[in-house]
Amino acid sequence: MYRILKKRELAENVDEFVVEASEIAKKAEPGQFVIVRISKKGERIPLTIAEKDCDAGTITLMVQRVGKTTFHLSCLEEGHVITDVVGPLGKPTHLEKWGHVVCIGGGLGLAPVHHIAQGVKDAENRITTIMGFRREDLVFWEEKMKLISDRLIVTTNDGSYGMKGLVTDALQELIDSGEEINMVITAGPVPMMKAVAELTKKYRIPTVASLNPVMVDGTGMCGACRVTVNGEVKFACVDGPEFDAHKVEFDELINRLNMFKTLEGEALKEFQKKHCGCGKE
Amino acid sequence: MGKKEIRKEKIPVPERSARERIKDFKEVKLGYTPELAIEEAKRCIQCPTAPCVEGCPVRVPIPQFIELIAEGKFVDAARKIKEENVLPSICGRVCPQEDQCEKVCVVGKLGQPVNIGALEAFAGDYEAKVGVEKPKKAESTGKKVAVIGSGPGGITCAADLAKLGHSVTIFEALHEPGGVLIYGIPEFRLPNEIVYGELDVLKELGVEVKLNYVIGKTKVLEELRNEFDAVFIASGAGLPYMLNIEGLNLNGVYAANEFLTRVNLMGAYRFPDYDTPVFTGKRVAVIGGGNTAMDVARTAKRLNGVEEVYIIYRRSEKEMPARVEEIHHAQEEGVVFQTLTNPVKFLGENGWLKGIECVRMELSEPDESGRRRPIPIEGSNFVIDIDAAVLAIGQGPNPIVMEGVDGLDIGKWGQIVVDSETCKTSLEGVFAGGDVIHGGSTVIQAMGDARKAAAAIHEYLFEN
Ligand SMILES: Cc1cc2nc3c(=O)[nH]c(=O)nc-3n(C[C@H](O)[C@H](O)[C@H](O)COP(=O)(O)OP(=O)(O)OC[C@H]3O[C@@H](n4cnc5c(N)ncnc54)[C@H](O)[C@@H]3O)c2cc1C
Ligand SMILES: Cc1cc2nc3c(=O)[nH]c(=O)nc-3n(C[C@H](O)[C@H](O)[C@H](O)COP(=O)(O)OP(=O)(O)OC[C@H]3O[C@@H](n4cnc5c(N)ncnc54)[C@H](O)[C@@H]3O)c2cc1C
Ligand code: SF4
Ligand code: SF4
Ligand code: FES
Repeated sequence: MYRILKKRELAENVDEFVVEASEIAKKAEPGQFVIVRISKKGERIPLTIAEKDCDAGTITLMVQRVGKTTFHLSCLEEGHVITDVVGPLGKPTHLEKWGHVVCIGGGLGLAPVHHIAQGVKDAENRITTIMGFRREDLVFWEEKMKLISDRLIVTTNDGSYGMKGLVTDALQELIDSGEEINMVITAGPVPMMKAVAELTKKYRIPTVASLNPVMVDGTGMCGACRVTVNGEVKFACVDGPEFDAHKVEFDELINRLNMFKTLEGEALKEFQKKHCGCGKE
Repeated sequence: MGKKEIRKEKIPVPERSARERIKDFKEVKLGYTPELAIEEAKRCIQCPTAPCVEGCPVRVPIPQFIELIAEGKFVDAARKIKEENVLPSICGRVCPQEDQCEKVCVVGKLGQPVNIGALEAFAGDYEAKVGVEKPKKAESTGKKVAVIGSGPGGITCAADLAKLGHSVTIFEALHEPGGVLIYGIPEFRLPNEIVYGELDVLKELGVEVKLNYVIGKTKVLEELRNEFDAVFIASGAGLPYMLNIEGLNLNGVYAANEFLTRVNLMGAYRFPDYDTPVFTGKRVAVIGGGNTAMDVARTAKRLNGVEEVYIIYRRSEKEMPARVEEIHHAQEEGVVFQTLTNPVKFLGENGWLKGIECVRMELSEPDESGRRRPIPIEGSNFVIDIDAAVLAIGQGPNPIVMEGVDGLDIGKWGQIVVDSETCKTSLEGVFAGGDVIHGGSTVIQAMGDARKAAAAIHEYLFEN
């Protein structure tokens, strides 16, 4: 039984769930994800294991509402049961003692970045975290990230909190300051990851991106999650989700994320027609 | 006994008209009525040598069960079949009978062979309707067996071992049990109800099915070996082969597994009532000539908005590996066959598939093995306008189950290597069968392996 033990809203359209899943918690490593299905007619969607607690037998999921399933998930409350949770899936983050690692996350990307940063810290690295948001009221998990990071930089597009600008502006500043960066790990919206990769490529800083293509089974069976890395077709759910960011064809990934957009829009509209009473707009 | 006239043609199995059936996902074949079944059963001449039995991979006592049908003893007929094949309603529907039992039927030499498959399905369905006999269970042995995968291989092995008194747990990666029978083969060919019925039998036998459980991830094989006295791997051949031509990752290009999983397992044909979408546009091309290709083509034909469906296959219809019946059904349903045609590249516009460039093929003279190779005809390239393409060019064993495993013998196309008599792998106490040892194969082959393995596991458990 995958019971929701805790739930809170982190920011506009972002929820955090602590879910009972003891066998998954036991195995979960940084970089891995689960696939959930929340009703008998539901879709299977991948969500990163943002945190785990082996003793409590729980995993923490951070969910950004973008479509039908994520909106529906936000209607579930503490005590409710998620129909299906399977995992941990994907390859764990490759971790070593690099030296100075910069972890960059935006929006839903903070889920992987949080768990990965923990692993990076355990591997005895110095961590600078850059978290990007659009506005001040969308900022979340600052305290959590502060605990793991040696230095934390928050950026907002409009300057309403922290540094004004994009995560890449903060990264550029860091590079310009002459500080040595041995590794960059990034997760978040694909255009953001692409921009980070373009920047670090210029300076030849090794960079890993955690990709988020559409997935169905998450076990290498369907091929929905294929991405092109270094000219080769890879299945992100089993070969990834993390890849050398300098070799990923981000434009193809952006395009593939649009494959079901029209249909997904329809589904969300239908859902909101029926569920306008559940609290969230 | 004096010679009696026997009818040369099979009694046709009533089926729904193509025009009606392509509007839904309900079963195409209606199945024999008791009267028709008796009539067909009487075509069997009860050969003393019964070559048909030799043609069946699990040696179903064919003449015996058919005689029982001819006598109107339908339930007894089903139980007779179940002595060797516990899934008659499934095998009767999906076995490639024309290459197995029916291929060697003596009556087939005079005309059409006895319709063994349809009779088998009839008997199985009849028994299910009147109530299946509660399976008998031996006293508990206290031994524990883990089965990986809940397809026909896993189901069969679990049932056999549970009947012998062992405690069996099945681990299944997906949220529903049944394997390809549920996520692959569409309902119009094999209704889910029938598979659920078989799964109920497992429940009655006390088999525990753990869903959402990926061996290699949630637990690794080594842990199962520690917790259980033996392990049977029936994880199938879920890894799709991709066609590495230009444009493979354009929007609109699917592997058959994704397409079928979306529609069959996730219910995309009922979108938006069900959440999972499937995008097809108006014109769909299916690449391949096997059962999977036919299933995809016929599935696509039933989806809203689809107007034209093509099968693109590089050899001729005669070489198609799909069952003859499925090819025939696909043609009846209006699927357009582009045989002796090979895709060269996918053409796109703004990231979306728009067409497929193909080249015409011809078959070479037969080589030493008698096989005629397809050769491209130079300069014959042409374009078919399509909105979606589905690759059904085969699949191999999914390596995920072998993750973190040492000492397991793996063959050159990723299959687990076993001893053919016992299905034993190179790891002590670990057995494997079905598609994971053959690559793509058949339901009855998976069952045959599973029964062999169950017997070997039973023996192994008492040696240890
Ligand atoms: C490995 C991985 C880890 C992820 N981790 C998180 C996370 O921790 N938190 C979070 O909020 N989101 C995460 N995502 C993204 C999340 O899966 C999608 O936002 C979700 O599937 C959207 O579903 P929906 O029905 O609400 O929206 P939809 O309306 O279905 O889709 C909105 C958009 O989400 C993307 N999407 C749709 N279906 C899928 C799918 N099955 N798989 C992946 N993307 C899809 C597409 O770009 C689509 O256009 C992750 C994705 C991947 C692949
Ligand atoms: C579309 C299609 C049509 C077909 N049509 C026919 C036909 O008409 N006639 C015929 O005889 N055969 C047909 N076949 C082939 C037939 O379905 C297979 O040969 C048969 O299902 C193999 O059985 P299996 O038990 O070995 O594996 P499967 O049925 O593949 O079942 C394997 C199960 O194991 C699960 N699994 C995999 N890895 C793991 C893991 N690591 N941990 C836990 N669980 C795991 C999978 O999710 C799956 O449920 C068809 C196949 C396809 C794809
Ligand atoms: S199990 Fe298959 S091959 Fe054997 S008799 Fe039945 S239909 Fe024929
Ligand atoms: S070979 Fe044909 S006719 Fe002979 S016993 Fe078998 S089914 Fe009957
Ligand atoms: S999600 Fe199906 S293969 Fe990756």
